[in-house]
Amino acid sequence: MRRIDLVRFAGGAIASHPMRSALTALGVVIGVAAVVMMVSIGQGAQSRITSTIRGLGSNLLIVSPQFNQRGGNFANQGFQGGGITLSSSDADAIKAQVTGLSAVAGAVRGNTQVIAEGANWSTRIEGVTPDYLVARDLEIGKGRMFDENEARQGRKVVVVGQTVVTQLFGENTDPIGQRIRVGKVPFEIVGVLTPKGQSATGQDQDDMMLGPLDAVRSRVVGRRARGDVVQQIYLKASNGDQLDRVQEDVTELLRERHKIQPNSDDDFQVQNMAAVLESAQQATQIFTVLLGGVAAVSLVVGGIGIMNIMLVSVSERTREIGLRMAIGAKRMDVLLQFALEAIALSAAGGAIGLLIGWAGAFGIAKVGGWPFAVGSSAPLAIGFSSLVGLIFGAYPAWRAAQLDPIEALRRE
Amino acid sequence: MAAAAAVAADAMIDIKDLKKVYRMGDETVYALAGVDLFIGRGEHVAIIGPSGSGKSSLMNILGGLDRPTEGVYAFEGEPVGQYDDDQLAGWRNRRIGFVFQSFQLLPRLTALQNVELPMIYAGISPAERRERAIAMLTKVGLGDRKGHRPTQLSGGQQQRVAIARALANEPDLLLADEPTGALDQHTGQEVLKLFEELNADGLTLILVTHDHEVAARAKRQVSFLDGHIVKDVGEGSPPPPPGPADAWRKPA
Ligand SMILES: Nc1ncnc2c1ncn2[C@@H]1O[C@H](COP(=O)(O)OP(=O)(O)OP(=O)(O)O)[C@@H](O)[C@H]1O
Ligand SMILES: [Mg+2]
Repeated sequence: MRRIDLVRFAGGAIASHPMRSALTALGVVIGVAAVVMMVSIGQGAQSRITSTIRGLGSNLLIVSPQFNQRGGNFANQGFQGGGITLSSSDADAIKAQVTGLSAVAGAVRGNTQVIAEGANWSTRIEGVTPDYLVARDLEIGKGRMFDENEARQGRKVVVVGQTVVTQLFGENTDPIGQRIRVGKVPFEIVGVLTPKGQSATGQDQDDMMLGPLDAVRSRVVGRRARGDVVQQIYLKASNGDQLDRVQEDVTELLRERHKIQPNSDDDFQVQNMAAVLESAQQATQIFTVLLGGVAAVSLVVGGIGIMNIMLVSVSERTREIGLRMAIGAKRMDVLLQFALEAIALSAAGGAIGLLIGWAGAFGIAKVGGWPFAVGSSAPLAIGFSSLVGLIFGAYPAWRAAQLDPIEALRRE
Repeated sequence: MAAAAAVAADAMIDIKDLKKVYRMGDETVYALAGVDLFIGRGEHVAIIGPSGSGKSSLMNILGGLDRPTEGVYAFEGEPVGQYDDDQLAGWRNRRIGFVFQSFQLLPRLTALQNVELPMIYAGISPAERRERAIAMLTKVGLGDRKGHRPTQLSGGQQQRVAIARALANEPDLLLADEPTGALDQHTGQEVLKLFEELNADGLTLILVTHDHEVAARAKRQVSFLDGHIVKDVGEGSPPPPPGPADAWRKPA
């Protein structure tokens, strides 16, 4: 017989019981929708984490103080507490002694009020050395970055983000040369950063400003701070392959400078952002697989529903099967007819589930603030649901094909 | 010998010492206990006998729905009794038409679709099978009922749809197990008249009946009792006193 007629038989049987077919497929609809949603959530979360970490800069190492238990809690580890053990001279030493670095920048940061011409805005200020721009992959859109000399002389100049410009002067104003007050200290704007937009976590990356490390440290962030502390040292390796070696060299150098005994813990940590990215990706991958696995269980339950209805259908249609055999259907024709019916039900459920899953994932991505990732969910959903139909339809179809035509015809 | 050759050319069914045995636990039932039967092309045979005498068992084997436990069933010289399931299915599809007491129409399908069914399994194209199905329905007098479903047809009409379906692939042999059993006197007569017309056109016809009037309208009557043929009269029946001329039927 012709293939197309087998498909017609299967379609006809499905269409003749629309309600039953819909309810049977519902299990697969729910299963596939759940799998698609879960996997999409996992992928969305992953891409959000990835872009957050990537957004910090490439080939980046971040050295930060490590507070150990003996040091008490974080709250009294401020500038006064002496908990912060990194200094500008550490940064200088790294720059002088560790090879393979294209940028070394110490940084402090704080929140502050900025005032210009009566306009007033609360933002984040970072005190950095000019290398910071390189380390963080930031660019100047207008004006210029302050240079080493200005930084060293304690000049009060700033480079501002676009949001700060907009808030203080309005959208289309050139703020270069304008004077603003940061806290109580007057600064001059020398540059504007190229806008970066929202981060993956929904944070406005343009709502910030950069000032020379010394000026910001002494005048804005912590006036009582010990001379040359920095909260972070940003390092950029000139080459991705060097990251591990640089990390080791920096660790060794800082242990030496901080006079840490061989058996003691570091009082700082060097984070390799590439390694952080990798482990974060691994974690979200596992998370994705777990979520998908849980959802897949509901797909299996849907498959069992199909098997159940197919068994009912075979026993209801025993006489029909006997008649088909009597007038010339081969066992394989009967087997294929019922298997196709199960596969079609399941695949249709899969297609509907896919659409629902996408809609759900889209909504959740909106709420969660991460990009909506479709990934390979379409072929997977259709493929898996067809497979479910095949697996759970196989036994009922086999039962149908094994019927004895004489007994089947005699069945009431 | 000349007579024997003439008969053999016309041979359709040749059965020798056919047995069908059912074993149920300790009990053994001989549904057919050694049947010899020869039916030529174009015959019109009625099979009669009390309930349980083996009529349906014989029909199932003749139609290739079942295989004999023992003995030989040759159809036009082909050893149909030894075919496997798929061979039998193909053979039934092309050569045999079945008419059942309970019609056995598929309720979801229209009259036309029911008639098309055997042609679908024969792999015939949609256009051709539609055309042939319409022709068959017209032949049984239901040309104007193509789109009706079985529930929208009377018993006699349903049986005529079933006959149209049985004729769809132009079979050599039509098997009908109590075709009038579910019909009233009048519609039964209509169906029998249709059968007689088909037989007149050359179709070989074997029908099982409990009704002696129905049996009397066939050209030959074969009577069963306890799995044996006890009487065989009419056109095509073997000559009563088995003489030397009959020797070809039982080769030593
Ligand atoms: N599948 C089966 N299993 C066991 N015994 C069977 C089976 N089919 C038929 N028989 C037995 O074989 C014998 C012949 O049955 P068959 O159906 O051929 O009779 P029948 O002549 O058609 O009777 P009826 O006129 O009632 O239809 C009966 O004794 C019946 O019980
Ligand atoms: Mg019977």
